[in-house]
Amino acid sequence: MSKIKPEDLGRIREKMARTMNLREGAARARITVHMGTCGIAAGARQIMSTVLNLVEQNGGEDIIVTTSGCAGLCSREPMMTVELKGQAPVKYVDLDEGKTGRIFSEHVLSGAIVKEYALAVGSERIG
Amino acid sequence: MKPYRTHVMLCAGTGCVSNGAFKIKESLEREIERHNLQDEVAVVMTGCNGFCAQGPVAVVKPDEVFYQLLSEDDIAHLVEEHFLKGRPVRKLMYTPPAEKAPVPKMSDIGFFSKQRLIALRNRGMIDPEQIDEYIARGGYTALVKALAEMTPTQIVGEIKRSGLRGRGGAGFPTGRKWELVANAKRIPKYLVCNADEGDPGAFMDRSIIESDPHSVLEGMIIGAKATGATHGYVYIRNEYPLARERLAKAIAQAREYGLLGENILGKDLSFDISIQQGAGAFVCGEETSLIASLEGRAPEPRVRPPFPAESGVWQAPTNINNVETWATVPEIINKGAKWFSSIGTETSKGTKVFSVVGKVKNTGLVEVPMGITLREIVFDIGGGITDDKKFKAVQTGGPSGGCIPESLLDLPIDYEKLAEVGSIMGSGGLIVMDEDTCMVDVARYFLEFLRDESCGKCTACREGIDVMYNILVRICEGNGVEGDIEQLEDLAGAVKDASLCALGGTAPNPVLSTIRYFRDEYQSHIQDKRCPAGVCKALITFSIDPDKCKGCRLCAKNCPQEAVSGQAKEPHTIDQDKCIKCGVCADVCKFDAVLIV
Repeated sequence: MSKIKPEDLGRIREKMARTMNLREGAARARITVHMGTCGIAAGARQIMSTVLNLVEQNGGEDIIVTTSGCAGLCSREPMMTVELKGQAPVKYVDLDEGKTGRIFSEHVLSGAIVKEYALAVGSERIG
Repeated sequence: MKPYRTHVMLCAGTGCVSNGAFKIKESLEREIERHNLQDEVAVVMTGCNGFCAQGPVAVVKPDEVFYQLLSEDDIAHLVEEHFLKGRPVRKLMYTPPAEKAPVPKMSDIGFFSKQRLIALRNRGMIDPEQIDEYIARGGYTALVKALAEMTPTQIVGEIKRSGLRGRGGAGFPTGRKWELVANAKRIPKYLVCNADEGDPGAFMDRSIIESDPHSVLEGMIIGAKATGATHGYVYIRNEYPLARERLAKAIAQAREYGLLGENILGKDLSFDISIQQGAGAFVCGEETSLIASLEGRAPEPRVRPPFPAESGVWQAPTNINNVETWATVPEIINKGAKWFSSIGTETSKGTKVFSVVGKVKNTGLVEVPMGITLREIVFDIGGGITDDKKFKAVQTGGPSGGCIPESLLDLPIDYEKLAEVGSIMGSGGLIVMDEDTCMVDVARYFLEFLRDESCGKCTACREGIDVMYNILVRICEGNGVEGDIEQLEDLAGAVKDASLCALGGTAPNPVLSTIRYFRDEYQSHIQDKRCPAGVCKALITFSIDPDKCKGCRLCAKNCPQEAVSGQAKEPHTIDQDKCIKCGVCADVCKFDAVLIV
């Protein structure tokens, strides 16, 4: 790396945006892939890999990808939850690579819920 | 590069490293690879997280889950459960002393939630060895602002208006110090960062350099523009190898980026920084001693004036600030004097980092707004006293600070308030003491340290502290006489008045404050030959309460002198001729049967 100019600071910040958004928890969208034993057996790791590839290809600096345990609906795995900032989370079921790609481009990137793959909007009540 | 979905921010501060952080790192990486997660989960080594008591610690991002007391055996389970299956592991989370359920999120833990980070703003958030991560968190934007938009006078004015005062202990207004050097006509001029951290109980300077070295460099480069200095020295003690290494890396990276050297950021500013290793001496907290040591001479203070701003390193105008002060500067330039001065008290603005140690549950490093009370630090952040014993005193400001009693726990902390009660801010050491602490013994202990650390130049400090120490030893040994307290007070005045530097000027604090608040303990030692806390060996005897003793033989087995005798299941006795008062019997007894009177 050679000497930098004041405007290069912004470029470095942009390059690091994804890393820092992840650490600061600042994100426009949060994708949770359910990774219970049932999910993994049904192919959740492949779904995770697909999601991460999509994030990489689309430069999704403001998308956080995370995992959670079994969602309690083992027969409909693999599942994932998409939550856009300020909106209710949406659970998607019976996923494969193709469905994941569509959900990513239509819901995560464009904000339109893919109703035909969605199980429900919202989460269970806790407590 | 494929993006990671999880960052494991593993603390690599000195505390966690000595608790095995690098072994944890190896285990994490091995297990992550075993589950083929190496492209999804990254392990990031950060600087000190601050919660040193619970180390090794790690924070998992983006979930914010805080894991503590990690051991290698936990890692396989942790990786499989949390990183593969998305189930955070409760047994590795922190449970606050008064609660039953663990608290998963770092921001919900009391130790962290009351803190406000300015000097420590990047701790645990970045890899200190990557300059890009510092920049990503807004690093070096203050420098750009100072170079492009501000004149030296404006920078000095901003620091003055912010109310920032020296964090090394004396609390001198930083802006005024800068102004003196800026106004000096002679060149060259030098900047010094005091990273000697002479207070053995404090570790914030080490921690700042370990976790965020660029914050110090950026502060110094801004200081160079403000004062016209062309070279800076970081005077760091040899006992801080990790900090030194990270600092050296940071300097190299900054040079590579053109943030140090000729024409910084393409502008009309040239400044470089070198590291100067010190041997570590308490007296180097005194500017003129530090300068002497930096130049290769014995660290003895000299008469001021001339002040370092006039004649410092190599007789050139020099500005010396402490690590924490330098690290705070970029935030003031970024956010403005008004923002900074809105935090804190009338006379003391901003935040202060404290090293909380001693008989407190959550030991560690905390940054809090000035004006917070000692009670909040000790009980809300510190979690209260170890083993739920009774609080007795807290010593602020390091070895030459005063001991503050329970009645003053609600004192809002700032430079003036601490001075009023006979103590000092110092570098921010906070030693918490419980009911089992003898205050006469505490005074003796600190005077022993100060006696050793006195450079010997001034007679009053060299001889005076020694005489005071000997009186305290005599009192602790049961040979105190009437008039000792008064003589200690007399000597304290002489040492304070007739010493050149702050070492002698503050050395009597532990004695004077303990006399002021715990005079009855001195009197018990002198008049009744009793140590109420049961600490001074010459004044106590160990015996066994026959009603409580179950005859379990535990004390007999552990006594190194074989002074305990008795049949199993029968009350035991201690042979006073053999007993060396080591206290092992009391420590091991499960029935509270050992009496110390």
